[in-house]
Amino acid sequence: MRHIISLLMENEAGALSRVAGLFSARGYNIESLTVAPTEDPTLSRMTIVTRGSDDVIEQITKQLNKLIDVVKVQDLTDGSHIERELMLVKVRATGELREEMKRLADIFRGRIIDVTDKTYTIELTGTGSKLNAFLEALEPEAILETVRTGASGIGRGERIMRV
Amino acid sequence: MSDPELTGAEIVVRCLQAEGVKYVFGYPGGAVLNIYDEIYKQSEFKHVLVRHEQAAVHAADAYARATGKVGVALVTSGPGATNAVTGIATAYMDSIPLVVLTGQVPTAAIGMDAFQEVDTVGITRPCVKHNFLVKDVRELAITLKKAFYIAATGRPGPVVVDIPKDVTQQCAPFHYPAEIRLRSYNPTYKGHAGQIRRAVQMLLEAKRPMIYTGGGVILGDAAEPVTELARLLGFPVTNTLMGLGGYPAPDPLFLGMLGMHGTFEANMAMQHCDVLLAVGARFDDRVIGNPKHFAKEARRIIHIDVDPSSISKRVKVDVPIVGDVKQVLEELIRILRSGTERPDAAALKAWWAQIELWRSQNCLKYERSDTVIKPQYVIEKLYEVTEGDAYVTSDVGQHQMWAAQYYHFRKPRRWINSGGLGTMGVGLPYAMGVQLAYPQAKVVCVTGEGSIQMNIQELSTCLQERLPIKIVLLNNRYLGMVRQWQEFFYEERYAESYIDALPDFVKLAEAYGHVGMTIERPQDVEPALRDAFGKYSDRLVFMNFVTDPHENVYPMIPAGKGLSEMILV
Ligand SMILES: Cc1cc2nc3c(=O)[nH]c(=O)nc-3n(C[C@H](O)[C@H](O)[C@H](O)COP(=O)(O)OP(=O)(O)OC[C@H]3O[C@@H](n4cnc5c(N)ncnc54)[C@H](O)[C@@H]3O)c2cc1C
Ligand SMILES: Cc1ncc(C[n+]2csc(CCOP(=O)(O)OP(=O)(O)O)c2C)c(N)n1
Ligand SMILES: [Mg+2]
Repeated sequence: MRHIISLLMENEAGALSRVAGLFSARGYNIESLTVAPTEDPTLSRMTIVTRGSDDVIEQITKQLNKLIDVVKVQDLTDGSHIERELMLVKVRATGELREEMKRLADIFRGRIIDVTDKTYTIELTGTGSKLNAFLEALEPEAILETVRTGASGIGRGERIMRV
Repeated sequence: MSDPELTGAEIVVRCLQAEGVKYVFGYPGGAVLNIYDEIYKQSEFKHVLVRHEQAAVHAADAYARATGKVGVALVTSGPGATNAVTGIATAYMDSIPLVVLTGQVPTAAIGMDAFQEVDTVGITRPCVKHNFLVKDVRELAITLKKAFYIAATGRPGPVVVDIPKDVTQQCAPFHYPAEIRLRSYNPTYKGHAGQIRRAVQMLLEAKRPMIYTGGGVILGDAAEPVTELARLLGFPVTNTLMGLGGYPAPDPLFLGMLGMHGTFEANMAMQHCDVLLAVGARFDDRVIGNPKHFAKEARRIIHIDVDPSSISKRVKVDVPIVGDVKQVLEELIRILRSGTERPDAAALKAWWAQIELWRSQNCLKYERSDTVIKPQYVIEKLYEVTEGDAYVTSDVGQHQMWAAQYYHFRKPRRWINSGGLGTMGVGLPYAMGVQLAYPQAKVVCVTGEGSIQMNIQELSTCLQERLPIKIVLLNNRYLGMVRQWQEFFYEERYAESYIDALPDFVKLAEAYGHVGMTIERPQDVEPALRDAFGKYSDRLVFMNFVTDPHENVYPMIPAGKGLSEMILV
């Protein structure tokens, strides 16, 4: 099953490589990983999307907890949560495509953030499946370049992860 | 009064002194010369100069295994650090507390492909509990404090501290904190009270109980409560290779080691028990064999371990108890003693009758000979001559298994070997670490002619330190463990397992300034051992026992097979 795991860790040099190294050394898969410092600059927050059986996910969370720099681990999938991903898509915007692209961006609540004669760059946030749906709605030839951040996740309501 | 300004090198030395370190095992080089200069000026701890950095780490590791204290090694950057990696990985796999200090090129040169630069933190990351690169001399003391704390607490393990040369030159006020807390690292020691009560209930309900203990009992100094609990309940006990000495082997409740080369009775009892108490043991693949086969028999499992990731990793557990073995066992015993309920005596009696039947197979019997020396016989005699009271280190191979099977360890920390990584070459440096820790003790290194040659250079260190180690070489002229697998599983195609052109070990020992003996007849085994511990008690004695080259280790569970699928002799 797909799991989305949140991690608070000391914002030390090499923290990311400890997590990435753990996943590759133990053969766990990483679908995506995002990381940035939090409002407390001594802490980094990471969101990892992974897949595995319950046993594997249990080991992943235990092994992450075991890393000395890791302060907290939460499997967001255990409760209700929100996840969002940011995508930038550069599309061909010539001829009749130009109007079509604008219309599609609007439908998906995307924003056009860079414009040239021939291209639009569209910014879109949402769940991974919404971003996929947007890409599927586009003509494959129209897509020039995409970049995605991977999911960031947070618990709903009173479900709070902090030190 | 303000803290004194010291150089980084002085700070390193002061931290080691503050930690009460007695021995630093190491080898100098450019990046650590400032530290060596400070070591030269002090006498609170002793530096032991090895002949290869791998041996420095192994010796520090053995010192830790024998004493329970953190072992310390010091090596230079680049090749010094890479040579140390095997030692670090060996300690990591067996959860041994170590602090390894590695020199590094100056901070400004890092990343420049400088002379003797390697990314030590990167190379060692997968085989350490934690590691640090200290870029600021003001962080040095606190980092060393953290290193010792992390190495020794929770599930112990090696910690590497990489120190650039310029950091050892720069100055900072020195203050060594008495205590430290890390918000990101808080091992659990006290077991969950409800879980412990459930465990007690389960133990009382057992009809075919089994206690299975491992390295965690040695590391956690819990041999006493294990023994007390087993005797209180009258339950059978088995130990893993790493757990030997956790229960007195000559005791009737003890079924011997279990696993790939464990006894018939231990493996059968493990397979057929209905309640299993696992204590500081991690259900290794060499222990339970094929987990599917193990799961065929229904049993309830209680598992005590300080590391949550050891629990339900390979085998699903019914009552997980995260905590320190000693604390949890003491609590279990307290609850048991406060009540009057005891396990079903009739059921236990029937179970023991079954176990005795298994035991009567006498699975460790071997063909005796008065013409060729049987390796098992050497270990039996060693046990007799040392009255079961020696510290025994071993290398890796058949000789290791025979030492484990035929030397009946009565006390913890007496059996020093590499289980998890299975590193050939540990034996001699392990013996050095132990002999330094206990100068008066009998220290024996059981080894093979393959393994001993992997760190043979340490004979020189042994002379320098005047270490009266007794080397018991079971010389079968084969990489015997490899040969055994080739005999069983490769239709006797002995690819590269015969060791031709062996050195004359007697001359070799003598060349290094020690006593050498070659023993070729069974009747000479005991006299040789008596001489070694008698006449030559203050010398290193290298005993080259020329043993039966075709002997195999039995019982054996072939890889991938189950506990009750042993090959017996
Ligand atoms: C040639 C060869 C053959 C081998 N054959 C066998 C064999 O037949 N049988 C066998 O048993 N092994 C055998 N081994 C060894 C095997 O590979 C493993 O190293 C060994 O079985 C692991 O032992 P263990 O389960 O006791 O775990 P260890 O590696 O000793 O782990 C200790 C466990 O205890 C926990 N722990 C540590 N401190 C504490 C504490 N204070 N409180 C609570 N828990 C704690 C740790 O978290 C860990 O889970 C062989 C090795 C070699 C090289
Ligand atoms: C460093 C290392 N290389 C290879 C091995 C694989 N290996 C395991 S046992 C063994 C043979 C050991 O031979 P020897 O030391 O003569 O012991 P014996 O089995 O003959 O008693 C080998 C090669 C290992 N464990 N460690
Ligand atoms: Mg051999």
